[in-house]
Amino acid sequence: MRTLFRTSYRQDLRLWRHGGDLFWYGLLGIVLLLIPAALGEFYVGELGGVFIFAIAGVGLMMLTGYTGLVNLGHAAFLGIGAYTNAILLHAGVPFIVTLPAAGLVTAFAGVLIGIPTLRMSGLYLAIATLAFGAIVGTVLQKWDSVTGGFDGFAVPTPSIFGWPIEGATGVYYLSLAVLVFVLWVGANVLRTPLGRAMVAIRDSEISAQSMGINLALYKTVAFAISAGMTGLAGALFAHYVRFLAPDSFDILLSIQFVTIVFVGGLGSLHGAIFGALFVRLLPQAIAIVRDDLPFGIGRMPGLEPSLFGLILVLCILFEPAGIYGRWLKTKRWFQEYPLHRRAAKRRQKTYARSERLR
Amino acid sequence: MVDAVRLLQLVINGAAAGCIYGLIALGFVLIYKATEMINFAQGDIMMLGGFFAFALIAHFGLNYWVGAALAIALTAAFGFALDALILRRVIGQPQFAVVMLTLGLGFIFRAVAGITWGYDSVGFETPFTNRTVKLGGLVLGADNLSIIVGTVVLCAVLYMFFSRTRLGIAMQASSQNQLAAYYMGIPVRTVFSLIWAISSGVAAVAAILLAPVSMIDVNMGFLGIKAFAAAVLGGFGSIPGALVGGVIVGVSEQLSGYYLPAGFQEVTANVVLLGTLVLRPQGLFSDALRKRV
Amino acid sequence: MSLFHAEDISIRFGGIRAVDAVSFDVEPGEVFSIIGPNGAGKTTIFNLISRIYDPTSGRLMLDGQDITRTPPYRIASLGIARTFQNIELFTNATLLQNLLIGRHCHSKASFLAQLCFLPSVQREEIIHREKAEDVIAFLGLERYRDTLIANLPYGVRKVVELGRALCTEPRLLLLDEPSSGLNVEETELMGFWIEDIKKDLGITVIMVEHDMNLVRQVSDRVMALNYGRMMALGTPAEVQNHPEVIRAYIGGEA
Repeated sequence: MRTLFRTSYRQDLRLWRHGGDLFWYGLLGIVLLLIPAALGEFYVGELGGVFIFAIAGVGLMMLTGYTGLVNLGHAAFLGIGAYTNAILLHAGVPFIVTLPAAGLVTAFAGVLIGIPTLRMSGLYLAIATLAFGAIVGTVLQKWDSVTGGFDGFAVPTPSIFGWPIEGATGVYYLSLAVLVFVLWVGANVLRTPLGRAMVAIRDSEISAQSMGINLALYKTVAFAISAGMTGLAGALFAHYVRFLAPDSFDILLSIQFVTIVFVGGLGSLHGAIFGALFVRLLPQAIAIVRDDLPFGIGRMPGLEPSLFGLILVLCILFEPAGIYGRWLKTKRWFQEYPLHRRAAKRRQKTYARSERLR
Repeated sequence: MVDAVRLLQLVINGAAAGCIYGLIALGFVLIYKATEMINFAQGDIMMLGGFFAFALIAHFGLNYWVGAALAIALTAAFGFALDALILRRVIGQPQFAVVMLTLGLGFIFRAVAGITWGYDSVGFETPFTNRTVKLGGLVLGADNLSIIVGTVVLCAVLYMFFSRTRLGIAMQASSQNQLAAYYMGIPVRTVFSLIWAISSGVAAVAAILLAPVSMIDVNMGFLGIKAFAAAVLGGFGSIPGALVGGVIVGVSEQLSGYYLPAGFQEVTANVVLLGTLVLRPQGLFSDALRKRV
Repeated sequence: MSLFHAEDISIRFGGIRAVDAVSFDVEPGEVFSIIGPNGAGKTTIFNLISRIYDPTSGRLMLDGQDITRTPPYRIASLGIARTFQNIELFTNATLLQNLLIGRHCHSKASFLAQLCFLPSVQREEIIHREKAEDVIAFLGLERYRDTLIANLPYGVRKVVELGRALCTEPRLLLLDEPSSGLNVEETELMGFWIEDIKKDLGITVIMVEHDMNLVRQVSDRVMALNYGRMMALGTPAEVQNHPEVIRAYIGGEA
């Protein structure tokens, strides 16, 4: 078992805890860079999709996992980012501008939904964001003059300084780069007063105020950061699907994002990645075993959403810390073997804490 | 120039739709008041209730009233089991977790209903289908009328139950202070499961009342989202409020469909919802709560 | 001039006058205790001072500055810190993070600088960490530094609550029932800390307390409240022998 020797405060601020961490992350980075050379186009495309969903997942994690603000309309941010990017590209604006522009426009939309919901908590916030998501979805459909409505919107190929970003490989590297950027920003948030303020708001609004945290300001900033990150994901999503249809940004997509954040592990950046892997690869896994399932279950329509539901329910009942939580527990088991205590894993009995009065 | 008859027609249609929203919202509010759980699967429980009624009446050929009563009882039992077996385990977890749980359960219910009864819309014979009632110059559909009357009757029954019977008062007590209720000898967990049972039963009534107007199908639970608007408008702690909220949403929808350009009717419920949350979050009927530190 | 001045402060909840025309001054560097039976309005006064509630009438002055309408999140930067009766710590964060959140009012970096984790932000972080470590050393919390609050026993949480308030480097510290839930040794320790806070750190303390021994041990002056109104104000000995106070606590002839 490794003992951490800490000799300076600066060490605690670093993103890696010790040399071992750095080694493994470095190895992971190299593997990711080399994947397109090893795997076929289909798998590279799928991984690109995973990265995009992970970016949106990090965005939602900032809002829900860290600030405690439930958002059931997150797909709206993805849609706004996607359409902003596509529309600007179509108008001839270079990609190097449309990508950050998509992020900024979506961040602004985040502020717009954040402001009216400042005094809402828990239940009301969940419902309000649900309504917001539905309204944005309808706007995307009905505003045909701009978005093309139900006819869809063909997304032009982007290029950076003359180099076109084409095919699954192009999307893969682009998404990977943006994911690393977003993870870096997210990690920065967490080790600065901004992130601590967000956590404070999640755990106790009243004492957060007593510590000098302006609730309205920080909640709005949390929405802005979350939306901005998801806007970037949306821009990339436009290139992933290459053809935008307004009904793809519906409540089912929002629920997928919430699943990413929850099943992955609420409150950690790793959780967003694990969650995205799970949510994107599950349909593939189902497709593979579909024909082998008994009783003709495989041929049933609606198998995917029901499996989603089932896994979500099982996760909440038996492993609320999500995949990342399970990962940490497993690592701990290996590290502490044979001195591992089973009781360390047992969940403490909790009593209902009234959320009506926070 | 407002056509009075047309207006009244819209209002009645809206009121009928609103009663359905109100009933779903009612079930919702009951559970929230007691356990602070948000039951996102309320609409889907309604859907299951509708299918139970369909199976009993159309498939097994039972008399309408017998089949309806049995379907309500079945759905209530289902709600009880749901709480006793699954939802009891998540007490103490953050609200977010419960939201996700009920969302997941909603998915499962829809899939099970789809496997059992298929994905097409189904209907069954009711005494109110295709009948009309004449009220001094007005011709009203018996189906809409039955919804309104049925809802009023049900709410009166519930009111009597909660304020006059021991069990009802025990429920009120448990929802206000769990620990004190335990001390008073109230079996709180059983009471909560009973609240879930009542809530599910109410959802089944909504489905049965709705059947003559619109068919039963797997996705009818999405009405639940409009029920949110009703519940919020009424103030989340208030049972009569949920009903009034539902009627307001229903009537607004009908009026906006008639007077506003196309496409606005769809968003009416959501706009009412957001508007209420922003302007008067405690709804029309309840008081804002404050934490004592 | 007094550090803190409350003038005719009142608040009503519906028909109930929780605090009724209370006036008092707190001199810099003193420990001022507020006592009274339950429901007398003591914590309500704290909530008024930390601006969680708005008074229906009256004025609150800090060092000559009118703070009656200041928003609650500005109180910390003005130098007022408080602890809560029922412990309002951030349960899903570590002890160190809780203390660092206490440093929030001293953080000057812009959002953009924080998002990019510029060297100026890094330097500030180290300063915050050093100050938090000072408080940890003062209160003896080293071994709990990285433990989640959810895993800490009640007695330790009370101390962390105090530590977090100290991290804001206040001029005025409001302690709400610091000894409630603590055993005899822990209460004694708390008393020593309050004395140290007064002597070594020079912080003015207003304390709501039920434990009369603690009040006698540390207070310079005491105010007794009942039904939202002031009954007596003076040294601990004066207030304890005041006939109205005795009647309120023990009862007297009708």
